[in-house]
Amino acid sequence: MFGWNRLFRKAQTCFGWGGRDYDGDAMAENAPLSLHVPEPEVRPGGTPDFSSVRIPKAGSVARPEVDAEPESIRDLAYSIIRVLNRSGEAVGPWAGLLSDAELLAGLRHMMTLRAFDARMLMAQRQGKTSFYMQHMGEEAVSCAFRMALEPGDMNFPTYRQAGLLIAGGYPMGDMMNQIFSNERDPLKGRQLPVLYSSKKDGFFTVSGNLATQYIQAVGWAMASAVKHDTRIAVGWIGDGSTAESDFHAALVFASTYKAPVVLNIVNNQWAISTFQGIARGGSGTFAARGLGFGIPALRVDGNDYLAVYAVAKWAVERARRNLGPTLIEHVTYRVGAHSTSDDPAAYRPKTESDAWPLGDPVIRLRNHLILRGAWSEERHKQAEAEILDSVITAQKAAEQHGTLHAGGKPSVRDMFEGVYAEMPPHLRRQRHEAGV
Amino acid sequence: MARRTMIEAIRDAMDVMMARDDNVVVFGEDVGYFGGVFRATQGLQAKYGKSRCFDAPISELGIVGAAVGMAAYGLRPCVEIQFADYMYPGYDQIVSEAARLRYRSNGDFTCPLVVRMPTGGGISGGQTHSQSPEALFTHVAGLKTVVPSSPRDAKGLLIAAIEDPDPVIFLEPKRLYNGPFDGHHDRPVTPWSKHELGEVLDGHYIVPLGQAAIRRAGSAVTVLAYGTMVYVALAAAEETGVDAEIIDLRTLVPLDLDTITASVRKTGRCVIVHEATLTSGFGGELSALVQETCFHHLEAPIQRVAGWDTPYPHAQEWDYFPGPARLGRALLETMEQ
Repeated sequence: MFGWNRLFRKAQTCFGWGGRDYDGDAMAENAPLSLHVPEPEVRPGGTPDFSSVRIPKAGSVARPEVDAEPESIRDLAYSIIRVLNRSGEAVGPWAGLLSDAELLAGLRHMMTLRAFDARMLMAQRQGKTSFYMQHMGEEAVSCAFRMALEPGDMNFPTYRQAGLLIAGGYPMGDMMNQIFSNERDPLKGRQLPVLYSSKKDGFFTVSGNLATQYIQAVGWAMASAVKHDTRIAVGWIGDGSTAESDFHAALVFASTYKAPVVLNIVNNQWAISTFQGIARGGSGTFAARGLGFGIPALRVDGNDYLAVYAVAKWAVERARRNLGPTLIEHVTYRVGAHSTSDDPAAYRPKTESDAWPLGDPVIRLRNHLILRGAWSEERHKQAEAEILDSVITAQKAAEQHGTLHAGGKPSVRDMFEGVYAEMPPHLRRQRHEAGV
Repeated sequence: MARRTMIEAIRDAMDVMMARDDNVVVFGEDVGYFGGVFRATQGLQAKYGKSRCFDAPISELGIVGAAVGMAAYGLRPCVEIQFADYMYPGYDQIVSEAARLRYRSNGDFTCPLVVRMPTGGGISGGQTHSQSPEALFTHVAGLKTVVPSSPRDAKGLLIAAIEDPDPVIFLEPKRLYNGPFDGHHDRPVTPWSKHELGEVLDGHYIVPLGQAAIRRAGSAVTVLAYGTMVYVALAAAEETGVDAEIIDLRTLVPLDLDTITASVRKTGRCVIVHEATLTSGFGGELSALVQETCFHHLEAPIQRVAGWDTPYPHAQEWDYFPGPARLGRALLETMEQ
């Protein structure tokens, strides 16, 4: 009661009112409140303008030791780590980690993902599947990050990290079987297209509900630490879904238990039609969310394969050395629609992606490799043709096993299986009733 | 064999499993150093170390979500939600994640997880410490839902739940922690130390999930009950003199329909009782199943006795709570049909 009395007296003093002496006129002096709703700078019909995105020079951001005190590297949450400069050179303290062969492999992964996306988008339009989500513009993020991981590490991805599978060598044909929900679908037709799962490839079953995987990644990492394992976990989330409570729970748990986890935010500027400012609010950057939790937070140029790899390597080493979690904001741009059910022309200028100042990740890596003398325009064109061929070959083989509305499909019996390890009596009765 | 309270039996189950399987971890709010607000985890941190039993931040979402990740890794987390009433922030992780990992990944990932929650009323806990949300779990494909009614069952069911390969919601009727409360709130409760179901075997044993128990054999009417209502039903039968057969369901999903069906076909009458609110409660499901399987044997309409469709009140607790008087009236009415 003492607390209440004291608070009440304080209120009387501060606001100049007391129970009986309430003065209505005093209240009228306060200006009316108004609600702030953030808006993107440009809408359809306007001229794209990214002049407010502050982009530091490539090579200008320092590379701290992995055991640096989080307090001492807070500025990394407000900058952007970049390696490739405008001329295509790799510069600065984060450069120099990858060989020609590794970079060529990375280029091939990104080109494969892009070709795969193009074919699957077309397949969706042809009615071979219900739904698809592409990666255009964001290929470097998942492709480069994957190369910093070791076998056994576990990703908890969103629906836009198929680069983890492509770069990890997962068969394209199995991805297509899942997309077509055909008789070879590893998930037996139970999941929406692109919500893959492959434990052996370190790819946790994608939920489709946003953000749920983020805290699960932390839990998996905690389990690894409980068991004195050496494997680490990697969480993935988009800019929009950082607003979910799961994101904040993940940061609390990761911070409290110093979980061996890398927490990635892929900021591609758009959450379907909602610009990133709606989720970010007044925090300046998404990376800055980590600072209040004492988690080292870095921003990286997500369209720079070398920068993503370098930052991933840094964060993975921190986790592996039991130094705790790292938060990484990958600054990138979603060039395509959110999904095949979306039309971005309704909410952003059509040419906005051309104006995106961090360029195209494939072209930037291609130019860098040409500059290194490891690649050429001709070889690039040839590789494009070869990759397209291999995607088409895989697609033809997958289509032999059916597409969503034609050919082989998972059995109706599969619908009843796998709800529990052992089918309980009520499900057995229902399966019988369904005649399967 | 020793007489134990339900809390001691639950603690014993976790102790047995933590000793047998180092993949079993226990955490939740106040669960570590202090041993839980109901003391269910007392001593476990000291015995098994801080990485096997620890305090969690106040985030039910975080507790369940982290446990899902741990289960996917291969641990067997047994987490505590301090009151079932606090479960809702973690509900998405239970429904969309824990319950579906096996199905959506075609068995690639599984979720052997137990979520323990003290449930039900009778403790002057008001709306935030008294709810019975079992129907919110029984409606979800992929979950198993367990409600023990005695120390002996609580231990055996919890061990079975921890060993189960799928997620199990373990609802502990907190009014039964200290004794078989029968709804007579104005009388002292017999402690478990004086009740035969307070006798708990030492060491490892299970009570299989999906098996009901007949607590009172009878021929006049079948009463379907679980948790605290088992003892309310026993009191009601005794006080009305109705020869009721009282079935303690113990597990709601999977349900022991065979035991229910055999009993109702014998008695020809059925009364269903639960503490949770009536509308869309688990009693509706039970009523439908009895109607589907026993229609030609029924001599009277199936009756449901449940909490009123209001939030759980504070001062009016004993007007809300379906006690032996209300259930007794339902038994007599059913016998008159």
